[in-house]
Parts: sequence; structure tokens; C-alpha cells
Amino acid sequence: MRLANGEGLVGEQSATRAMARPHASSARARSRRETAISLLYLLPSLIVFGVFIFYPLFKSIYLSLFASDPFGLGRTPFVGLRQYEIALKSQSYRDGLGVTVLYTLYTVPLGILIALGLAVLANLRVRGIGFFRTVYALPIGVSVGAASIVFLLLYNSRAGVLNYFLNTLGLPSVEWLTEPRAALWAVAILSIWAGIGFNFIVLLSGLQGIPEELYESARIDGANNARIFRSITLPMLMPTLFFVLIVSTINAFQSFAQIHILTKGGPANATNVVVYSIYREAFFNFQTGYASAQAVILFVIILILTAIQFLVIERRVHYA
Amino acid sequence: MSEPQTFGRRAFQLTIIYALLIATALFLLFPLLYGLAISFMTADEITVYPPKFLPDGLNLTSYETVLSRLPIPRYLFNSLLISTTVMIGQLVTASLAAYAFAIRRFRGRGLIFGLFLSTLMIPWEVTLIPNFQTIQAWGWTDNYLGLIAPFVATAFGTFMLRQFFLTIPQELHDAATIDGCGSLRYLVQIVLPLSRPALGTLAIYGFLQTWNQFLWPLLVTNQKEMRTIQIGLNYLLNEETISFNNTMAGVILAIIPTMVLLIVGQRQLVRGLTAGAVKG
Repeated sequence: MRLANGEGLVGEQSATRAMARPHASSARARSRRETAISLLYLLPSLIVFGVFIFYPLFKSIYLSLFASDPFGLGRTPFVGLRQYEIALKSQSYRDGLGVTVLYTLYTVPLGILIALGLAVLANLRVRGIGFFRTVYALPIGVSVGAASIVFLLLYNSRAGVLNYFLNTLGLPSVEWLTEPRAALWAVAILSIWAGIGFNFIVLLSGLQGIPEELYESARIDGANNARIFRSITLPMLMPTLFFVLIVSTINAFQSFAQIHILTKGGPANATNVVVYSIYREAFFNFQTGYASAQAVILFVIILILTAIQFLVIERRVHYA
Repeated sequence: MSEPQTFGRRAFQLTIIYALLIATALFLLFPLLYGLAISFMTADEITVYPPKFLPDGLNLTSYETVLSRLPIPRYLFNSLLISTTVMIGQLVTASLAAYAFAIRRFRGRGLIFGLFLSTLMIPWEVTLIPNFQTIQAWGWTDNYLGLIAPFVATAFGTFMLRQFFLTIPQELHDAATIDGCGSLRYLVQIVLPLSRPALGTLAIYGFLQTWNQFLWPLLVTNQKEMRTIQIGLNYLLNEETISFNNTMAGVILAIIPTMVLLIVGQRQLVRGLTAGAVKG
């Protein structure tokens, strides 16, 4: 039998022929060929990951061990872990970490809860539900950059419509982007809005994956809606919720555009998340080494957080 | 069972459901609808207090101003070209890799799969600085290559397609192999046509992700002609006083392509993500 396709670089033997001659050596040769061909399939992805993910990861660690020369004279002395020490001891870096954690706590739980509510609503079988599903998914089509500009309009203190609503309700105006405590919430609210589309789509598809028979038998047993939600919907949805939790947390830690457009890290560093300070350190102060050390620390924190999420929460996740 | 009573209860439930659906939809859409309304207003209309929620008419001056001030069509073309190329690249690389993981058996498969998944854990900001240096060293700044190359492989997409490919019966592969069907031909003629929903989802997802990128295009483009729409829009904010009607006109022009894509492909996106995210 001959190869019919153009991939015959390695000369794959057909399965039948190998089976007809079950010698140990030919079986080994076959498995080696199988591996070689499989690697060819993986090669395009591996090259991209190698050049743009794995190499830069190690390069970042390497860069973090050298001090940068802001004057571009090419002197970059080896300083070992000094820059890690400086970062961890520096008040502004710690504040940045604090802001990042706070921002994550503001956005992730609320973002998931709202999307879950919408998904439960959109999973009801009523006429015209398809329209509402599209509407709830719509924010996924609006880039964080474009959404930030729209919210800039809403938050505007002079003519902003958000303060107008607050005033009509008898509440005082809020200086959304210039009052430190409000600014982080302002960024968080926008991020929640921008993230709803993705969370909604994933959670809705999770809900639709729950077998109808489970609901039917629960109803026959006389369970009410709240009971059904607690005993069937939530446990069955756990893997999906877990997926959304991991993705949202990683996204929150990487937020950039909304901060760049709305606050530029201000006021008084109230929204200066670590990613933003890395950006400024690397591309404005040209402290590449120090910025790399900050990035590596953030990477380790995300890794630990994800590991904790896997160890603590996934154990309670029930995979059907 | 008394029929009229159940009917009355059902009608009551339906009213509440629709009220909730409409209220949440309006609440969620408000920022976009308000932005749309503002884009049709004149400078005088947007400064009145209390604010107006509907324009007096379909005034298109803001759109004319934005289009004359910024090369919006060029920005849209750049974004379209980059997003489409990345999307096609991701479909090709992810299909090949997912096929190896799902259907072929080879030594080290688990290990390499783990390597793929580990890329999901490596945040973008750790790779940012060296990637910028790489692109700079290769002279790929202000070049489509620099905006495309880093993104043409996707671990998430590979994982999603693998989950889908796993649902194709292995016997089909064995039968095809016995019939002398080569493995690449099996992938192209049998696996890919069967996986159209998953491929569609990955296409939409990859396109949206690339279209919405911000930090990377901000770093690797300087020339006006090379900017993507997301970065181009940002320049509307750099003026002395932001005129929101012009800015909103820019935003609306920028989101029309993705809105259309989403409305057309929403069903597809939901169906494919179901296969990818839930079947663990």
C-alpha cells in the first residue's frame, strides 16, 4: 500500500502491513515514525509557542537579573535577585499588588454572578429568547478599548449621565475618575460590563448541557424551583463555573486598556495595577530589568493563585 | 386541575419573565444605545442639562468630522487584515495540533499536551518585553508581521478542537487507515468537515480576540497608517477637549464589524463553546 497524500516525508507504513509483520524491531520503527509524523503536526504551534511564549518567559527571568541602563550606553550589570528585593520592598509595588487584588475581587465575583443570572434567565424557554441571548452576548463584540471610551462619556463629571441618574435618585454626584476610592470602582464596573458577554455565553452553554431528564425526575419528586437550582443546576454547572472563574481571574490580572484609557493609573495611583506599572517602567522609564522582575513576580502570584483554585475549588467540583 | 387558574398563573409568570428580560437587556445595552444617540447629536445638544437621551434628528456631522480627521477606513482595513490572517493561522495550526492530540498515538503525547496547556498559565505581561525586543530586532515594528506572528497558534483553540475531535469515533480512523487513507487526507476530508461547528467557534473567537487587542498594537505601531482601529480610536481622546459626539461616532464605526459578526455568529459561538468548555 502506498501513501496517498503528500505528507510522505517520513514514509508512514500502513497499519495493516505493520500488523502483518509483528516483529519487535518493525513495531518500534513504526512507533518512531508515528511520533515523528505527529511532531510534524505539532510543529507549527510549537514554533510559535517556542518563539513567543517559552523563549520570552525565560528571557524575562534572565532580564530581571540585570540592571537596566536608562541612558542607553549598553551597560547592564548583573545584579542577581536585587531587583526582586527592591520590588518586594518598594511601597509602590506593594500598593500596585494591593490594587490588583482589590480590582480582581471587585470584578470577578460580581462579573460571574451577573452573567449567571442572565444565563439562567436566557435559558428559559419562552418565545423570542434568541433575541435576548444575542443582546446579553453583545458586549463580547465591543472591545475593552471602545467600551472604555463609552464609559468615559458616562462617568464624565460635568455632563455625565451617571451622575444625572444619581442626582435624580437624590444621591450626590460622584467624581468617578478623580476620586481615588471611586476610580477603582469605575474601572471595575466597566470591566464587569465588558466581560459579561463571554461569561454569559460560556455559562449559558453550560446550562444547556445539563440533561433534561434530571430536571424532570426532580419535578416528579416534587422539588420546587429553588431546590432544583441548588441541588441540580449548581452542582452540574460547577465545572463551567470553575472554568469561568479561572479565565476571569487571569483576565483581571492582565487588564490594561481600561486603565490606560480611563485613569492612566491615577488618581494618586489608585488604579495603578501591576500590569500598568510594568508598562510604564519598561516603555517610558526604560527600566527593562526592573520591569521584568515585577512581571516575573506577578507571574508567580498568578501561578500560585491558579494552583490554589485548582486544589481548593476543583476538589469540590463534580464532573459528570 | 382547574384550567383557567393554571392559565392565569402561566400568564403572570410570563409577564414577570418578559419584564425581567427587557429590563436587564435595556440596562446592559444602555451604554451602547446612549453612545449611539450621542453620535447623532450636535455639539449644542450634548452640553444641555439635564442630558438628552434622544437626538433631535439623524445628524451625521460627527461621522463626517471623524472620517475627515482620522483615516478610519484604513484603520478598519488594518484590523480586518490582521484579525482575518490570525484567525486563519489559528484554524490551521490548532487543527493540526488537535488532530495529533486527539487521534494519533505517539510517545510523549501527554507531556506535549501538558506543555500546550501550560501556555495558558503564562500571562501575556511576562512575555511582553522580550517579545517587543524580538519584533524590534527583526524589524517587524510598523509591519503586519509583527502584529500577526505572535498570535497564529492558540492553546485554547487547540484544546477546544481536541475536545471536539475526541467525539469522532476512533473506528472511523482505523477504517480509513485500512482503506489506505493517509493521515493528512483523513484530517482534511473527514475530521475537518465533521468539526465545522467547533471550527466556526474558534474562527469567531480568534477574530474577536485579535480585533480587540490593545496593548500589543499600541507597542509595535508608530506610523499612522499601521494603526489598528482600537489604537486609532484612542487618538480621538488626545485632543484638548474631547468632543463626545465625534468620539462616539468613531466608537460606533469601530464596533459595527464585530457587532455584525456576533449577531450572525452568536448561535455558532454558543454551540462550539459548549463542546469545548463543558466536556472536560
